Amino acid sequence: MTRADDSLYAAMLQRGMSRRTFIKFCTAMTAALALPATYVPRMAAAVSAAPRIPVIWLRGQGCGGDSAAFLGASNPTAAELLFDLLSVEYHEMIMAPAGAAAERSMTDVQARYPNEYIAVVEGAIPTADGGIHCMVDGRPFRDVVRDVSGGALATIAVGSCASDGGSPAAAGGATGAVGVSSIVSSGPLLALPGCPVNARNLTATIVHYLTFKQWPATDSRHRPYFAYGGLIHNQCERRAHFEFGEFVLAWGDEAAQKGWCLYKMGCKGPETNANCPTARYADGTSWPVKAGHGCVGCAMPGFWDAMSPFYRRLPPPLPFAPTVSADQVGQALVGGVAGLTVVHGAASYVRQRRVGAQERREARAAAADGALPRQDLPGGDPDSVQPPVPADPTEPAELGEPDEPSTSDRVDVVAIDGPDPVIPINPADSPDPEAG
Amino acid sequence: MTRTVIDPVTRVGGHLRIEVEIANGVVRDAWSSGTMFRGMELILGGRDPRDAWLFAQRICGVCTGVHALASVRAVENALGVTIPTNARLVRNLLAGAGYVQAHVVGFYHRHAFDWVDPMAALRADPAATSTLALSMSEWPQSSPAYFKGVIDRLTTVVRSSQLGPFANGYWGHPAYRLTPEANLLVVAHYLEALDWQRGIIRIQTLLGGKSPHPQTYLVGGMALAPPWGGPTRGLPGEHPQQVERGSPPALSARGLTDIGAAIADARTFVEQVYLPDILMIAGHYREWAGVGEGLGDYLSYGEFPGDDSTKPALFLSRGRVMGRDLARVQPVDQAGIAESVAHSYYTYGDGGNALRHPANGQTNPFYTGPTQPLANLEGSNRYSWLKAPRYQDEPMEVGPLARMAVAYVEGQKDVRAAIDGAAASLGVGREAFFSTLGRTMARAIEAQVVARQLDGWLEDLVANLATGDLALADLTRWDPGAWPGEAHGWALGESPRGALGHWVAIRDQRIDTYQLVDATTWNGSPRDAQGRRGALEEALVGTPLADAARPLEVLRTVHSFDPCPACAVHSYVPGAGGPVQIRVI
Repeated sequence: MTRADDSLYAAMLQRGMSRRTFIKFCTAMTAALALPATYVPRMAAAVSAAPRIPVIWLRGQGCGGDSAAFLGASNPTAAELLFDLLSVEYHEMIMAPAGAAAERSMTDVQARYPNEYIAVVEGAIPTADGGIHCMVDGRPFRDVVRDVSGGALATIAVGSCASDGGSPAAAGGATGAVGVSSIVSSGPLLALPGCPVNARNLTATIVHYLTFKQWPATDSRHRPYFAYGGLIHNQCERRAHFEFGEFVLAWGDEAAQKGWCLYKMGCKGPETNANCPTARYADGTSWPVKAGHGCVGCAMPGFWDAMSPFYRRLPPPLPFAPTVSADQVGQALVGGVAGLTVVHGAASYVRQRRVGAQERREARAAAADGALPRQDLPGGDPDSVQPPVPADPTEPAELGEPDEPSTSDRVDVVAIDGPDPVIPINPADSPDPEAG
Repeated sequence: MTRTVIDPVTRVGGHLRIEVEIANGVVRDAWSSGTMFRGMELILGGRDPRDAWLFAQRICGVCTGVHALASVRAVENALGVTIPTNARLVRNLLAGAGYVQAHVVGFYHRHAFDWVDPMAALRADPAATSTLALSMSEWPQSSPAYFKGVIDRLTTVVRSSQLGPFANGYWGHPAYRLTPEANLLVVAHYLEALDWQRGIIRIQTLLGGKSPHPQTYLVGGMALAPPWGGPTRGLPGEHPQQVERGSPPALSARGLTDIGAAIADARTFVEQVYLPDILMIAGHYREWAGVGEGLGDYLSYGEFPGDDSTKPALFLSRGRVMGRDLARVQPVDQAGIAESVAHSYYTYGDGGNALRHPANGQTNPFYTGPTQPLANLEGSNRYSWLKAPRYQDEPMEVGPLARMAVAYVEGQKDVRAAIDGAAASLGVGREAFFSTLGRTMARAIEAQVVARQLDGWLEDLVANLATGDLALADLTRWDPGAWPGEAHGWALGESPRGALGHWVAIRDQRIDTYQLVDATTWNGSPRDAQGRRGALEEALVGTPLADAARPLEVLRTVHSFDPCPACAVHSYVPGAGGPVQIRVI
């Protein structure tokens, strides 16, 4: 342990966090952002030195699911998010004060931390009939969002409703529901669609800011590339079965029991940009396709209408999708390593894929190298070219060099055919000897 | 007479406004107003009925999955589907785990600050807190050093002057009664409960793929599949899914073991932390057994089917307890449910105020709320986006207290033992349960009863899978070609917050009409045509207040219902000139 680690350790103790928890958290965040492990010390230093960022969490036409996802976060836990990393001063579902006292919590933050707090918006914003369909303290929610967002460091739309109107905006809806981007034009805006948001993506977005003092690169819909840059289909653990024509044809059939591809049951993975297969939910426990039900495309704009009926089969995807690349396999692998959960699965998956489909893979890699732009992703806007998160996790040049680069700390994403990857941080911290 | 407005009412799911009139330090009248509306039922019109549960599920992400379950049941009822045993048990496990989570979180993170003052906890003696903890239960996190750590953590937060959720609470209010040590103990458990719920979320994520909004329901059963050959026949290396640590398939041997372990953890926390805390707090606030009595009429649709028949025995039974009469349970017929819009932002087409059954639901917009800025609802005849449901013309209270009352009278022995035990340990009679304190205790008792039953469902599931019955879905009605041209279905069940009913009409393989009446529509109901208050409004009348500017006591009763106005949605057609029947083809 270096001297720097010692002071860090003291800082973490002060915050009531164990070293193990903290490093595990930073490792997971590094992986979520597709950064190499060399960034862990830099991230740890930045996060431990940062003052707790004030947060105003607003709730409009929503179900509370994004709050529930946030409060059920695993790594870091909700308690750490609430009291160590962030300072959630206004969140109607958990805050102690009510009524006028609650409003004071909001105005206090706006007065004390102008342009220093994060505005999180959950739920859609109704605009019809003067906004009467969602009122907070007698004010239309729309006005509250504009007010809070106007003085914020950044606005983060969590979940699909806040991103583009979500279910209240589906066909038949009558409240003029829109997402945050339709009414907020100032300041950085990030959108983390998904129903609900994956808490891990929210945390990673904030940690990215703490570490680099800039928000992660986003597409034209304000979605960070690290989470929404790839198709579910291309990261799916059942993808091999798609390649080999092994499909579930009826619920509960032999193929379902063997975990084959759900494409023919209506899975929307081939048209959905999200990192569910690698990020998963509940600390890597599962995600819908793993559990046996197809993806419904809940992170995609307008999915309630665009993706339904949900059991209708999509048109065949391209023989090989333009965005698939070895890099993405590598990113998936790094995510698995740090999640300490899917190492063996990811590694053996990659091995199977390489052995079984070597030729196709080479053809695909060649196509990917042919500079097909990422903006071709569904929902992306070709006119808005922003630098994506570096596609090659070993060359994060745009994000600056780590303080003390050390090649020995790197996860060798190339050596996927070699021994199982080793977690470089501190093997003693690994809760699972088989995973390390 | 002074009028106090609480908007937003925080620590609820959704948007709620409460207004009370106070005279001589006592609440004389109360109004409950839902201030948010989405129109989910209208959005469902014209859709594939097999998709309905995904939409309906988004009505609530807090008691997650309850509307998905009600929706697939309503469609299955319309199409005449009986789900396999495995699917019934998996659904019970998913829903039951949700009850335990909702009740623990509902208390610690939505209700506790009405009874507990975290600023007073800073003055606590860690050693005395440890003694108190050890006198209450065997929960191991009880050493003086542990409580010292909690104080330190709390002190750091307070000194930073960034108090987060604790900022601007009614701290120091004279109605707080706990000792510093008792306050510290509950604050420690508040933090532990945030972490604890991850175990429940793991159960839901294994069985549902994610939580909130588990995604493995199907019309006909569940999309889960056991590993090929059944859970007892592992095939290591066959597929990456089979070998991942920490992420086993739910119905594999390891997945089922993990679920069992998580259930045990959940139950331990309920028995050693949640329930002892509730009893300790209740001991300090005995007078609240005489506050917030409310309507005295209780309705439970019943939940957790125990067999696969069309009229299954229910673990928590269906029925009504009227007039606080614990001598008998009266029956429930779905035809007796109807809704009034006399004081809601809707009209009925005939302009009258007659009640309407949800299957004939008619919903026209009639927003007559004041223009902004809104000072108060005084003089507003219509004041809520919630309708006013009535059973045989009577307002009813629903929720854990209603379920426990009905189950108690029906002689459910787990419930009887828990209620009698709690009453005895507090030295109060059973009638003390008909109160704000009783609602809070009933919730904890139900958490214990359900947490204990989770094991039983898991054992049944393991045993049934072991017989070689691997079916999780009945697919005979999966193909819309097998459906009748017209079908009507309904489902009466329970959510953690109370009675929940869905009604669906299917025509030409599409949803014709869809209506639902949620727990908070019952409890948070506005007045009806006869001017009778809803359950929450009625319970607030008579509440004593020490300080009208800091209405802590009002929050106690409001939160004893754990309201979720987000669920209490109804559809609406904008700009409609005349009567509009909700029918979308």
